Amino acid sequence: MPAPIRLRELIRTIRTARTQAEEREMIQKECAAIRSSFREEDNTYRCRNVAKLLYMHMLGYPAHFGQLECLKLIASQKFTDKRIGYLGAMLLLDERQDVHLLMTNCIKNDLNHSTQYVQGLALCTLGCMGSSEMCRDLAGEVEKLLKTSNSYLRKKAALCAVHVIRKVPELMEMFLPATKNLLSEKNHGVLHTSVVLLTEMCERSPDMLSHFRKLVPQLVRILKNLIMSGYSPEHDVSGISDPFLQVRILRLLRILGKGDDDSSEAMNDILAQVATNTETSKNVGNAILYETVLTIMDIKSESGLRVLAINILGRFLLNNDKNIRYVALTSLLKTVQTDHNAVQRHRSTIVDCLKDLDVSIKRRAMELSFALVNGNNIRGMMKELLYFLDSCDPDFKADCASGIFLAAEKYAPSKRWHIDTIMRVLTTAGSYVRDDSVPNLIQLITNSVEMHAYTVQRLYKALLDDISQQPLVQVASWCIGEYGDLLVSGQCEEEEPIQVSEDEVLDVLEGLLVSNLSTPVTRGYSLTAIMKLSTRFSSLNRIKKVVSIYGSSIDVELQQRAVEYNALFKKYDHMRPALLERMPIMEKTIFSGDGIFTVCLWSVFPVLQANDLLDLLGGNDVVPIIQTTVPTKPASAGGELLDLLGDLSLTVIPPMTAYNKNGLIIEFTFERSNPNPNIAVITIHATNSTEADMTEFVFQAAVPKVCSFPSCILINLLFMSWCIGT
Amino acid sequence: MQFMLLFSRQGKLRLQKWYVPLCDKEKKKITRELVQTVLARKPKMCSFLEWRDLKIVYKRYASLYFCCAIEDQDNELITLEIIHRYVELLDKYFGSVCELDIIFNFEKAYFILDEFLLGGEAQETSKKNVLKAIEQADLLIDTATTQSTLTVASEPDSNTLATIQNTVSTA
Repeated sequence: MPAPIRLRELIRTIRTARTQAEEREMIQKECAAIRSSFREEDNTYRCRNVAKLLYMHMLGYPAHFGQLECLKLIASQKFTDKRIGYLGAMLLLDERQDVHLLMTNCIKNDLNHSTQYVQGLALCTLGCMGSSEMCRDLAGEVEKLLKTSNSYLRKKAALCAVHVIRKVPELMEMFLPATKNLLSEKNHGVLHTSVVLLTEMCERSPDMLSHFRKLVPQLVRILKNLIMSGYSPEHDVSGISDPFLQVRILRLLRILGKGDDDSSEAMNDILAQVATNTETSKNVGNAILYETVLTIMDIKSESGLRVLAINILGRFLLNNDKNIRYVALTSLLKTVQTDHNAVQRHRSTIVDCLKDLDVSIKRRAMELSFALVNGNNIRGMMKELLYFLDSCDPDFKADCASGIFLAAEKYAPSKRWHIDTIMRVLTTAGSYVRDDSVPNLIQLITNSVEMHAYTVQRLYKALLDDISQQPLVQVASWCIGEYGDLLVSGQCEEEEPIQVSEDEVLDVLEGLLVSNLSTPVTRGYSLTAIMKLSTRFSSLNRIKKVVSIYGSSIDVELQQRAVEYNALFKKYDHMRPALLERMPIMEKTIFSGDGIFTVCLWSVFPVLQANDLLDLLGGNDVVPIIQTTVPTKPASAGGELLDLLGDLSLTVIPPMTAYNKNGLIIEFTFERSNPNPNIAVITIHATNSTEADMTEFVFQAAVPKVCSFPSCILINLLFMSWCIGT
Repeated sequence: MQFMLLFSRQGKLRLQKWYVPLCDKEKKKITRELVQTVLARKPKMCSFLEWRDLKIVYKRYASLYFCCAIEDQDNELITLEIIHRYVELLDKYFGSVCELDIIFNFEKAYFILDEFLLGGEAQETSKKNVLKAIEQADLLIDTATTQSTLTVASEPDSNTLATIQNTVSTA
């Protein structure tokens, strides 16, 4: 049998393949040859064959049949065999396969080998891919090597111990004695890996953390030596002595100093020294400064040091290197809550980063900008953020829009500014705003009573320009429905009132109904708006016609609405004005999250003092508490506010007395509709327990749409018998 | 560090070192997706990106991308230095390293990496010591010929195998 071809030969051959198919053919041929060679238990060429297999594996071809061969190589006495064998094990085996356990014994033997390079191979493999079982079996050997004086092995043992601890945390105690004099080593490799080991132990166990706090002075000393010592060619990187070790020590100091006054004080000086003396022209220096800043911010440092740290980050922001800018923005985001004022000083630089070309930097800058917005800078910041919203990628628009809404809500200097800002967002990024912004905006607009005319005028003008952005269209339709009378009367104080006739307004709304761009939800909004205008406009016939047309719409939702509105025109016309009255002011205290649709049913009775809010929790999310200020009108009936959350997990709500005063008792009972449990049926019993009659008992129900999918509310008025005294 | 990948501009994998246990299928999936993501980046963009729940640090040297996945608490800037150190080691070992060296001597690239990093962390911060260790280990195989830049290196033939048997004796 001819000798199997050499590795390099194979690589060269495979690279000449011009197509995928050709390559596959060569690979298959070679695999077949390798397989038969394995079957013959050929010791001489096993190493070569496995090496070739590893190359083919890297190209993406299966190589599992070589797993056992790797084990045989590891067991061999030849160094070259072991080297390839361990490499193969690390590449082909993983701890999910039982095969890897067969390695344990070999590794154990090799950990005690007379040649340190063999021991090194074993430590490396164990530390890279050892499973928990292997780690348990071999932890003792690793611990032994951790105490050796051979620094080549000691450093590897330390990292191997890190891996063992990650896999089997209970074994951590075992390594404690060996850590005693790790930091007295002169060898940088051992120092570095020891610091990594100590870091791992401190991160995992608070006991270890308190135990190792006493090392702080020693760590400070080592760090000081690194900075103060002269040029050391062996560890120098661009004029800095062993930056890797410096960074690791700083990280360990961070963990040790966190929450501990004494340790923090002990490291104060060295941190200041590193922060001021490190050369910043190259990436290495900045890497150390970065770690220093992170440490300063995390421990209990004095305020001067903290300001120093933030200023370093500020300088980073001006660095030409975008990696440095990115890192600065990330760190500032972490510290903005705790050191708000210090970060504010760099606001203009941060806002400039919004214009950066790099996506990651832009995102970070956006998040940070939102965190920095406050009552003082809102106007300026909003200008920048709106400009950013205009020009940013679609991925950003949704988050940016939400952020702007939140900021505007918290810090709006005036109602007009607030509404202008919202308008701007809706017109520039209207299709990207989230679904819950529509009800939020409606609520906001309702509450800005003096701005109604201005708002509806601006929204109307926006609709004339563009009806493709659904959230904008929905808010606009709602407003036109509510305040259409203000629109046609030309009463606008804030800006030049426009002249528009009722027919023009209805044209626009009807246009929305028929447009292909409108979603079913939008159509629902427009239809309701048209209906509302029947009490505000005089062109009743036109509105009646539109409503009756949609009574036979294919869209079930539209159809239902149209039919109900039709019924209003026909049978319940006397109720129509009251039903379609202006919405009362809503005061939002908490808003419910997504996933719960809110069925709000409230009866606005002209009232005696009743202002109670009945809050019924059916869902598992936060409940909106909505109060109304009820206008006082002469009347005799009581009024309540009932807020019912209809969630799919609605359980039974007990009946309750909503009102009991002056002889009028109103009770609500709730039950699920029998055929469809998603429908809640509320029955209202009104009882007169006085001797006199009660007259002018008016029942009104107002239904706002604050849910993402409109729900239907059917009001069945069953006039039951009145009890007149006894 | 969770893993390191080296790949060409055409997306061909040249080296993969995994420090977390994953099955072959997952490794392939991650590799494919990450390679695509990194290759799609424009030249002026920064070297860091967030991918899944990891931080990715990558740098291009000539025709090879060096890509590392690090954890949240790791320092991105020092990772760039680690990548640079590895490239320097390869360069010293192969003498002006190029992609072909790594293709034809991939196992050596692994050996060098394993002398520099262990379990995802640096085990030796002195360039000299890493190279010395590799040199000594190579002597055990008795490859007398050192690598040249572009030509294919020779492999131990049967004569040298006999030498190994004498050199490495049982404990």
